[in-house]
Amino acid sequence: MAYSDKVIDHYENPRNVGKLDDADDNVGTGMVGAPACGDVMRLQIQVNDDGVIEDAKFKTYGCGSAIASSSLLTEWVKGKNLDEAAAIKNTEIAQELSLPPVKIHCSVLAEDAIKAAVQNYRDKQGS
Amino acid sequence: MNAPVTVQTPIYLDYLSTTPVDPRVVEVMSACLSTEGVFGNPASRSHVFGWKAEEAVENARNQVAELINADPREIVWTSGATESDNLAIKGVAHFYHKKGKHIITSKIEHKAVLDTCRQLEREGYEVTYLDPDEQGLTTPDMVQAAIREDTILVSVMHANNEIGVVNDVAGIGEICRAAGVLLHVDAAQGAGKVRLDMETMKVDLLSMSAHKMYGPKGIGALYVRRKPRVRLEAQMHGGGHERGMRSGTLATHQLVGFGEAARIAREEMDSEAGRLSGLRQRFWDAISDIAEVHINGDRDQRLPGALNVSFAFVEGESLIMSLRDLAISSGSACTSASLEPSYVLRALGLNDEMAHSSLRFSFGRFTTEAEVDHAAQCVRHAVEKLRELSPLWDMYQDGVDLNTIEWAAH
Repeated sequence: MAYSDKVIDHYENPRNVGKLDDADDNVGTGMVGAPACGDVMRLQIQVNDDGVIEDAKFKTYGCGSAIASSSLLTEWVKGKNLDEAAAIKNTEIAQELSLPPVKIHCSVLAEDAIKAAVQNYRDKQGS
Repeated sequence: MNAPVTVQTPIYLDYLSTTPVDPRVVEVMSACLSTEGVFGNPASRSHVFGWKAEEAVENARNQVAELINADPREIVWTSGATESDNLAIKGVAHFYHKKGKHIITSKIEHKAVLDTCRQLEREGYEVTYLDPDEQGLTTPDMVQAAIREDTILVSVMHANNEIGVVNDVAGIGEICRAAGVLLHVDAAQGAGKVRLDMETMKVDLLSMSAHKMYGPKGIGALYVRRKPRVRLEAQMHGGGHERGMRSGTLATHQLVGFGEAARIAREEMDSEAGRLSGLRQRFWDAISDIAEVHINGDRDQRLPGALNVSFAFVEGESLIMSLRDLAISSGSACTSASLEPSYVLRALGLNDEMAHSSLRFSFGRFTTEAEVDHAAQCVRHAVEKLRELSPLWDMYQDGVDLNTIEWAAH
């Protein structure tokens, strides 16, 4: 299977790999997927007092497209507010990375991950 | 530090999927194509071109028969192991259907066997699919327990194409013969690598393929026992070649290549097996200290050059992507187009995650120690890099039991 140059770039030089402190109330964590399906994404965002995402980290177990989708996502969400981040569509990711049809689910997973991270942050703030 | 040895990349470590044609084989094949060569139709009886071609084909038949210690009259040429499997299984089922309609096979056979059995099920036959043990072996006891009054055929592979384990076909043969049931063995992977002897093994039909033993693609053979005689209903009808069992003009150059490949395999089997086991061990020694790596399938009862390894917490496809220097597969070439985890590894009891994290390395005639060393180094780097990226590895290191987590399956 031929990967696009952008997928290869993100795969070889993944951006924002790492972990944020889950115990911090300003950190929202989204973990989606399942090992049995071959993809698990963990996306974390750190939100400042103005509701803007100032840092994002990820770790992904999965194919090159899954890794690239989450890496790209961390770049995109930085500097966005929560509503903007949660509005990112999987189709935008798939288009940017030129994902083939069999890999569209990777971009769907990335969309699910940012939505889950935003939700987690909001739950923490609400409690 | 060892002095760096330069190796040419990509390194081919996928000999179970196919092999390059041995230069000695290329030579004899080329002599069967041109005007000056043996280009005739082996079935032409009226001139010397045909006679020469027939002689070349019969010489190849002898060579292939010798590889498995059979009579040359027991060798039927086919287009490859897939056709051999089809001819053996459908041929027996259709010929002996009045005797019974039950067939026994295993869950980890090649698709050429499994799909043929599925077709027979659609035709009204009943098929029992045996579960292999955790080592991937199908044992004589398992076969014995599954044989019924109406069983006509057992089809069990010699060596498995994904994990490389080798079944005790001699033992299974004893059981089948005693029960009066025919035994077909798909030996596409094992023939030419492990000694097979039709004089002593009670195997009735045996499928072989040239391209797995440094011969050309597109040619294979089915061994069909004469004593006691095995009958088949032909699947390919036409000019009545191969004693009516398989019509079609014989491809002289392909057959001569297969014959030469079989000759070399037989003569060099012991030394090659020793060398390949050594390379396999060298590779394993160089990666076995990585945390959480596991060999799939029996460690001893296996093909000399084959190793299937699971690297927990990294995903197979991304592992292959980062191993661009290596030509390897995450299972069989025949199923790697799908995203499903290997049905073979699932049948061994591996969970989906481990099945997703597995790679097949197969070493062969042209693999060097330097290539093996480089491959091991690449694997170490790739696993390390991907574990850095893996949330599962993080959790494992934090002592989280992944089985206790409720995953959102998608």
